[in-house]
Amino acid sequence: MALIDLANPTRFIALVERVLPVLVALSIGFIALGLYQAFFVAPEDYQQGDTVRIMFIHVPAAWLSLFCWSMMSVSALGTLVWRHPLSDVAAKAAVPIGAAFTFVCLVTGSLWGKPMWGTWWMWDARLTSVLVLFIMYLGLAALWSTIEDPIRAGKAAAILTLVGFVNIPIIKFSVDWWNTLHQPASVFRAGGPTIHSSILWPLLIMAIGFTFLFTTLHLLAMRNEILRRRLRTLRMMEAARSDSSVATTTTAAPSTAKLGAAIEAGAE
Amino acid sequence: MSTLLGLGNHGGFILAAYGLTLLVVAGLVGWILVDHREQKRALADLERRGIGRRSRPQGRGEAA
Repeated sequence: MALIDLANPTRFIALVERVLPVLVALSIGFIALGLYQAFFVAPEDYQQGDTVRIMFIHVPAAWLSLFCWSMMSVSALGTLVWRHPLSDVAAKAAVPIGAAFTFVCLVTGSLWGKPMWGTWWMWDARLTSVLVLFIMYLGLAALWSTIEDPIRAGKAAAILTLVGFVNIPIIKFSVDWWNTLHQPASVFRAGGPTIHSSILWPLLIMAIGFTFLFTTLHLLAMRNEILRRRLRTLRMMEAARSDSSVATTTTAAPSTAKLGAAIEAGAE
Repeated sequence: MSTLLGLGNHGGFILAAYGLTLLVVAGLVGWILVDHREQKRALADLERRGIGRRSRPQGRGEAA
C-alpha cells in the first residue's frame, strides 16, 4: 500500500483496524515496564527523595503536549497547502488528546511543585507558557465546535494552529531565556542528558509508552471523526433526497401541490 | 500521609499524580470508545433506512 493510498478514508480505517492490536500491546507493554522501573528499579533522588517518581509521568505528558501541537501544525500545513483529506481529520482528533496530556502535565507539575518548591503554582515562564498552551487547546476545541461545516472549521483551525505554534519554542527555551523556578533541560540538551542512567532509562521507557498510547488514541479518534463525517454526508444526502422527492411530487402531480407546500411549511 | 506505601513523606502527592493520570487516560479511552459506538449505531440506523454509502440518490424520474 502506497502512502498516498492512506488519503482514502476507507483504506485508512482498514489500516487502523490492522495496527490497533499491535499499538495497544506496545502501549501496555512499555508503560507496564516503565512503571515497574519507576517504582522498583529507579532510586530516590538524593535531593528530592521519592517525589522524583512524579517525573516519570510529568515529563512524558509534557513532551506529548508539545509533540501533539507540532503534529497538528504539520496537519495544518496539509490542510492549507496540500488540502490532504485526512489532514484536518488528524488535527481535529488530536485536540482533546493534546489538551488532556497538557492538563496532566500541569496538574502533576503542581503536585510535584508543592512539596519541592513549597507552592502549587508560580507565574514563571515555563509554567505560564504551558498554561497558555492548554488554553490554546481549549480555544481550538471551541473553534471546531462553533463552525458546523468541517471544511471551513478545518481552515480556521489550521490558521489558529499555525499561529499558536510560536508558543512551542517559547515553552522549550523558556528555561534558558528567562530566570525561572523550573529546572533547565536535562534530557534533550547540547551536552547530552544530565540525568543518571538509573533514572533516565525508566523515563525514556515511559516516554515511548506514552507516545504509543498517544498514537493509539489518536488513530482511534481519527477513525471516529471519519465516521462522523460519513454520517454527516449521509444525513445531508437523506435531507436532499426528501427535498427532491417533495419537489418531484409537486411537479409531477399538480393536484398534490398544496400538500407539498403544506409539508414544506410544516418543516419550517 | 507519612510514608504512604513506602513512598516517603510525600507519598500522597505521588499517588495523587499517578491516580489523576490514570483517571484522565481512562476518561479519554472511555470517551473514544463510547463515541465510536454512537457513530456506528447512527450509521447502521441510516443503512437500515436505505441511506447507505452505496445507495444511489433517487432521481426525479424514479420518484415519479
